Amino acid sequence: MRRRATIERLVLALVAPLLAVAFAAALSSVILIVSGASPVTTFSEIVGYGTEPTSIVAVLNKSTTYYLSALAVAIGFRMNLFNIGVDGQYRFGALAAAVVGGAVALPGPLEILLLVLVAMLVAAMWAAVAGLLKTKRGVSEVISTIMLNVVASGLIDFLVSTKHFGVQAKGSEQVTTRALPAGAHFPGIPYAGDHVFGFIVVAALAGVGYGFLLNRTRFGFDLRATGRSETAAVASGVDVKQMVLSSMVLSGAVAGLVGLPLLLGETNSFSSSNFKAGIGFTGIAIALLGRNHPLGIAFGALLWSLLENSRSDLDIHDVPGEIVTIMQGTIVLSVVVAYELVRRLGRIREQRAVAAELAAPPPTAAVGTPA
Amino acid sequence: MTALDTAPAGVTPPTRRSRLVSRTSPARLAVLVAGLIVCLAAVRAITRADDLTSSGTVGAALRLAVPIGLAGLGGLWAERAGVVNIGLEGMLILGTWFGAWAGYSFGPWWGLLAGVAGGALGGLLHALATVTFGVDQIVSGVAINILAAGVTRYLSTLVFEGHGGGVTQSPRVADIATITLPGVSPWLVSVERQHWFLLSDVSGILGGLVTEVSPVTVVAVALVPISYFVLWRTAFGLRLRSCGENPVAAESLGVNVYRMKYLAVMVSGGFAGLGGAFLAEVFANIYREGQTNGRGFIGLAAMIFGNWRPGGLAAGASLFGFTDALNLRSGGESVHALLLLLALGVGGVSLWNLTRRRIIAAVIGLVVTGLTLTWFFVSAVVPDEFVSFAPHITTLLVLSLASQRLRMPAADGKPYRRGQAG
Repeated sequence: MRRRATIERLVLALVAPLLAVAFAAALSSVILIVSGASPVTTFSEIVGYGTEPTSIVAVLNKSTTYYLSALAVAIGFRMNLFNIGVDGQYRFGALAAAVVGGAVALPGPLEILLLVLVAMLVAAMWAAVAGLLKTKRGVSEVISTIMLNVVASGLIDFLVSTKHFGVQAKGSEQVTTRALPAGAHFPGIPYAGDHVFGFIVVAALAGVGYGFLLNRTRFGFDLRATGRSETAAVASGVDVKQMVLSSMVLSGAVAGLVGLPLLLGETNSFSSSNFKAGIGFTGIAIALLGRNHPLGIAFGALLWSLLENSRSDLDIHDVPGEIVTIMQGTIVLSVVVAYELVRRLGRIREQRAVAAELAAPPPTAAVGTPA
Repeated sequence: MTALDTAPAGVTPPTRRSRLVSRTSPARLAVLVAGLIVCLAAVRAITRADDLTSSGTVGAALRLAVPIGLAGLGGLWAERAGVVNIGLEGMLILGTWFGAWAGYSFGPWWGLLAGVAGGALGGLLHALATVTFGVDQIVSGVAINILAAGVTRYLSTLVFEGHGGGVTQSPRVADIATITLPGVSPWLVSVERQHWFLLSDVSGILGGLVTEVSPVTVVAVALVPISYFVLWRTAFGLRLRSCGENPVAAESLGVNVYRMKYLAVMVSGGFAGLGGAFLAEVFANIYREGQTNGRGFIGLAAMIFGNWRPGGLAAGASLFGFTDALNLRSGGESVHALLLLLALGVGGVSLWNLTRRRIIAAVIGLVVTGLTLTWFFVSAVVPDEFVSFAPHITTLLVLSLASQRLRMPAADGKPYRRGQAG
C-alpha cells in the first residue's frame, strides 16, 4: 500500500515537467510553423547539436554556472524568500576574487581556497544588505534585491574602470582586472580535445551539501518549516527574522560561487562583458524548473544550457535562434502551471483514498477528519 | 508581498506621525511641496547646480515619471484586487514592442493602442496563471518577465530585421506632436534664465510642466485621479477592492471574485503597456531592447511608497522620475548638489531623534550626515556610474524609511480558490 503511494507520488512528480516540456515544444512548433520554419528541422538540429562532443563540453560548462545560480535561488525559495539579487551578488563576488587574486599569490591550492572564500564572503555581504533591509526595515526582498542589482552594476563599472582596479591591454578595447597568477587556475577535465570546468565537481558537491543541509539538519528543517507555514514555525520556536537573514546570507554565499567556474577556469580576470547580469534570472527559472531539488535543478540547468547554446547553430540553419528564448519562457510558465495542477490532482486522489479508507467498515473505531 | 512581509513588531501604533502620512490634507500637501521647492532652491543657489530645477530637467522628469507612474497604477489596480504583479516589467516590455511596431506600421496613435493591448495580453496570461491555475503570483510574474523578453526578441527578428531595424531595435517611429502653453512658456523660460533665488526655480519647474508636453503625458496624469475615482468612489471599485481585502466575504456578497481579478490584472497590464508604448514612441521614438531598464519594478516600488494609493503613487513616480532625469542633465553636478539636501534632511531627522531621546538612531543619522557632508565638500561631482543608479538607491532609501508605516491590501498576494471558505 505504502509502496504504491510512493510510486504514485514519483509518477506525479515526473509527469509535471514532462507535460510542460511537451507543451512548450508544441507551442514553439506552432510559432515556428506560423513564422515559416520547420519544427522538425529545428528540434532535430537541437538534438544533433547536443550530441556532438564539442558541444557537450560547452553545455556542461554553461550548466555549471547555471546550476550554482539556481542553487542559490533555491535556498531562498525553500523558505518563500525571493533572492532576485543573485546577479549583483555573484558579480561582486567574482570581482572581489579577481582583485584579491591579482594582488595576492599563495602557494598551491591555498590560492584557490582563498579566492573561493573571498567570493563567497563578499557575495554574502551584499546579500545581507537585502536581508537586513527586510528584517530591520520591513522592505520586501523582491524590490530591494532588484534595486541592489542595479546599484551593484554601477559600483562594479566604477571599480573596474582604469582609474581603480581596471587595466587595459595595449591595442585592446577591453578593460579587465589584473590577471590571476598561475596558481589560481582551476584544472579542467580533458574531454574531446577540450576542457570541462573542473569546478563542475565543486558545483556537484554544493548540490550534495544543499540536499544534506535542507533534509538532514535542524537548520534545514527550520528553513523548510518557515517556508511552509510561518505561524507554525514561530509556534515551534523558530526565530523567523534570524532565519530570513541567515538564509539570505547563505543564498548569497552560494551565489558567490557562480562566477568562479569562468573566472578560475577560463578568463582569469574580471570584465563586465564576461560576467554579465542575467544569470540570476536564469537561476530563478531553473530553480522553478527543477522544483528546488538538487537533481531536478541539474536537469533544468542542462536543458537550459543546451537550448541556449543551440541558438547560434539554429541561426546557421535559417531558423530564427530566438525561438529558444520563447521555448525557455514557455517551459517555465507551463512547468509552474503543471506542478500546480498535478499538486491539486495529487491532493484530490489523497482525499479520495482517505475517504475510501474511512468509508470502509472500520476494524477499530478510529474516525478522524481529513485535513 | 510574501508571507514574511510583516512590519517589525512594535511599530505603527496609531500615532500622530502615521496619521500625518496616511491622511494628507490639500493644505498640508501644499505646505510640503512648497517646503521642498524652497529647499531645492536653496541648494541650487548654494551649489550653483542650475540644472537641478531647470525647465529641461523638470520636463525630462515628467516624461520619465510617466512610464513609472503608469506601471505603478498597473500595480495599484492588480494589488487592490489581491494579485501581486511582478510581471509589470514584462508587460512594460510588451508595451514598448507593440507600441513601436504598430506606431511604425500604422502611425503613432495606433501604436499607443497596440501597446495597451500588448500589455493587457501579458496581464491576461498572468491572470490565467494566478487566478485560474493558482500559481504563486511572484513566480508567474517572473516567468512573464522572461517570456516577454523572449517573445519581443523573436518578433523583432521576424518583423524589424531588414526594415531598418534588427533583433534589438525597431525602425524610427513618427512623433506625436507635443503641446506648449502659448505665451506663458517663453516668459517662464526668460525668468528662469536670470537664476534668481526661488523665483527662477519656480518658473523653471512650471516651465518644464507646460513646455513641449506630450498629450500622452496629459492622459497618464489624468489616469491618476480617474483611478482614484473608479476605485474609491464607485460600487465597482468597492467590489474590486473587497477582492483584495477579503475575497471570501466579497464572494459571499455575490461578487464574482475571479472575474474581478481577471479584469483588474488586465487593466494593470494595459496601463503598463501604455507606459511601455510611451517609452518607445514618445520618449525615445524607437524600440530598443532593455529600454525599460527595470522601470516596471521601480513603478511597483512607487506604488508601495505611495501606500497603495494613487496620490502617493504619483508622488513616488515624480521622485523617481526626477532622479532618473538627473541622469540626462549634467547628472554628476546635480546629484552632487542633492548630497547637500540629503545631508540636511538626515541631519534634521537625527536632531529630532535626539530630542526624542532615540540615541542610537540619532547617532547613526549624524554619522551618515557627516559622511555625506564630507563627500559633498571633498568632491566636485559624483561619478557618472553612481548617477546611473540614483533612482534605485532613492527607491531603497525611501522604502527603508517608509515601509513600516504602510499597509497593503489584507489579502494581497494570497491565492484564492472559489468556494474556499467551504
